[in-house]
Amino acid sequence: MGRKILFITTDQQRYDTIGANGGFLSRTPVIDGLAAQGIRYERCQPTSVVCMPSRASMLTGQFPSTHGAWMNGVALAVDAPSVAESLKDCGYATALIGKAHFEPFMDVFGRFVENSLANLGVPTVEQPWYDGRMGVHRGFDHLEFATHGVMGSLHYAKWMRDVHPEVLGSFYPVVDSDFNVNAAGGGDSGAPQVKFNDVPREWYHTDWVADRTIAWLESQAADQDWFCWMSFPDPHHPWDPPKSEIGRVPWREVPLPANYPQTALERESIIDQKARHWRAWYDGRVVSNYEAPARWVPATLTSDQVREVNALNAVEVELIDEAIGRVMKAIERKGWGPDVDVIFTSDHGELQGDYGLLFKGPYHVDSLMRLPLIWRPAPSTATAAAVVHAPVSLVSLAATFLEVAGQPAPAWVEGSALPVDDVDARVRTFESTATEWDSSLFGVDVHVRTLVTGRHLYTEYRPGTMHDGSEGELYDLSEDPLQRVNRFDDPSFATVRSDLSERLDAHEQRPGERATPGILTAPV
Amino acid sequence: MIPVASLRHERRISASVDTVWDVVRRPESIPEWFPGIVSCTVDGNIRVIKTATGLEMPEEILTNDSSIHRFAYRVISPMYQYHLGVIDVIEIGPEDSLCVYSTTAEPDALALIIAGGTVGALEEIARIAEANSKVL
Repeated sequence: MGRKILFITTDQQRYDTIGANGGFLSRTPVIDGLAAQGIRYERCQPTSVVCMPSRASMLTGQFPSTHGAWMNGVALAVDAPSVAESLKDCGYATALIGKAHFEPFMDVFGRFVENSLANLGVPTVEQPWYDGRMGVHRGFDHLEFATHGVMGSLHYAKWMRDVHPEVLGSFYPVVDSDFNVNAAGGGDSGAPQVKFNDVPREWYHTDWVADRTIAWLESQAADQDWFCWMSFPDPHHPWDPPKSEIGRVPWREVPLPANYPQTALERESIIDQKARHWRAWYDGRVVSNYEAPARWVPATLTSDQVREVNALNAVEVELIDEAIGRVMKAIERKGWGPDVDVIFTSDHGELQGDYGLLFKGPYHVDSLMRLPLIWRPAPSTATAAAVVHAPVSLVSLAATFLEVAGQPAPAWVEGSALPVDDVDARVRTFESTATEWDSSLFGVDVHVRTLVTGRHLYTEYRPGTMHDGSEGELYDLSEDPLQRVNRFDDPSFATVRSDLSERLDAHEQRPGERATPGILTAPV
Repeated sequence: MIPVASLRHERRISASVDTVWDVVRRPESIPEWFPGIVSCTVDGNIRVIKTATGLEMPEEILTNDSSIHRFAYRVISPMYQYHLGVIDVIEIGPEDSLCVYSTTAEPDALALIIAGGTVGALEEIARIAEANSKVL
C-alpha cells in the first residue's frame, strides 16, 4: 500500500486569501493547518491566468504552448498526456470531482465528454490515451462535474434541476441573453456578477463537491491507493454564495485592498504605465477576452463594489475551507490519514480591485499570477515543514504526483517535482517560472509571455492587434511589490531586462515535442 | 452596418466532389456527420435537430443545390437573432475536394459555439467521404 493523493483545487483564488499567506478576510483554519504541517510556497505561478490552459497544465505537466489548449474555448486534445493515466497504470484508483474544464463548457451539441457524461449516467467513458491504448477518459475512473452555478449539462446542474428546481432562479445567471459574461449588478453595491442566493448551504456546489468526494472515497477499499482531484468552482465569479452565510464577512467593514488606488487619477496614472490594452479595457474601449463581461466598463467600479466582492469572495473561501475539513475527517475515519498527501492550489488569481480592476485577462501581475500552493506530504514520510521562497509553477504538479506515487516522470512532463524546501529548490535550480497568454477572439489578438524570478516580474507583448511587439512590463518585486512602477524602458534596468529577455527566449526555444495548437470552438 | 460574427472552417478531403456532396446533401443525414446532433426530423424545408444535451433547434433549409454543391440553412430558434450556415463543396481534382463550412450569426458567442461544432462535422464528413471513396 502506497501514498494516496488528495489534490484540491479552487478556481480563481488569490495567494492572499488564506490565513497562512497573511490573508485576514477569511478564516481558513483547515488550509492553514495543512500549511503548518507541510510545505507552503511563497511564489507559485500558473502557466496561464485563465482556467482551461492552466488546468490542462496541471494534468499534463506541460506549458500551454506544448499541450495545445492555448486559450479558453480550445479543448485539450482527448489523447493529450495525462498524469491520471500514469497513476492509473501503477494501480491508483482515480477520480475528478468538481470543475474539470479541459473541454469548453459552451457546447450546445454536447460534443465533449465533460458535457455529455451526466446525461449518459455513467462514471466515465473509454477514449484514446496518449500512448495509443484505449482507457477511461483522461485516466479517470470516476468523473462528476460542477461549475459556477446551475446552467449547462454538468452533474451538479442536473442534480439541482432534478432535485431542487425551486432554487434554480436564485443563482446568478452567469451569461446574459447574448451568451456573453453577464454584466448585471446585484447585492447591495450593484457590483457585476453579485447576487444574494437563497440556495441552502448544503445544496451549494462547494458542499456538493465535498459530499461527492466523500462518497467516492468511502466507496474505495481500505487498501486501495487513490488519486482524487477535488476541484471547487469557487471563489470564481459569480459571487453568489448562500445568503445564509454572507453575514460572516460584513462587506461594509472590509478594508480596500492595498493595491486599490482610491482616486481615478491615481488609478489611471498607474494603468497608463502599463501596456496599452490595460487602459483600453479600463476605459471600456476593448474587451480582449471573454472572461470579463463585454458590457461592463472597469472605470465604473466603485470602492463599495470592491468591498462587497471581496467580502463575498471571502465567504466562499471559508465555505471551501470547511468543506475540505469535512473531507479530511472522512479520510481519517477510513484510517488513511498517515498515508495521504494533500496538495492545495488554484488555477489562477483574480484582480479583486487591484488597480481599480475586477475579473481577469492578459494582465500578468501578482493579482492573477501569485497563487496559494500548499503541499502537506503524507505524515508517514515525516517530511519537515517548510516555506519555499523560490519561484515554482503549477507545471510541476504532474511530476510531483508521480514522485509521491514512486514513479519516474515520463518524457512528456516539462516541470520537475516541487522542491521540499529552499535548499532543494537551490540545488535543483528553481530560479524562474513562465506564464503564457495567447488569445484570438473576434478580431482581437493578444500574445503575452512573462518570466518571474525571485526578484523580478518581466513581460513581453508579442505582436497582435493591440501591441506591435515593442511593449513590455518589468517590475522589481522587492522595491515594488504591488507592481505599480513599470521599469521596462528604464535605462537603469537595461541589463536586468536583457537577462530576463534571454531567459524568456530560452523558455520559448525549449526543446521538446509540441502538440498542434487546438482550434477555438467556443468562447469558454 | 450591424457587426455580426462570421466564421469559416474548411477541410481538404481525398474524395471526389460528388462523393463529398453525397454525404451532406440529404437534410436528414446530419446526425450521421455532425457530432452532438443525435437525431432530426425533416418536414418540407424545416428541419428540427436534437442535440446530445437534449436541446431541440428548428432550422429552415434555404438552399440545397447539387449543381454548385451548396447547402445553406438558418437556425430559427429564438436564441439566435440571426444565423446562416453554408456548406460548400469545391472540386480541387478528381479525388480531391475542399469542404467549407461557414457560420454567420448573432449573438457572437453563439456563432463561435456553432462554428466550433462545424470543426468536428468537417472531420466526420471527411471520414465518411474518404471511406465511401475507397469502397467505390
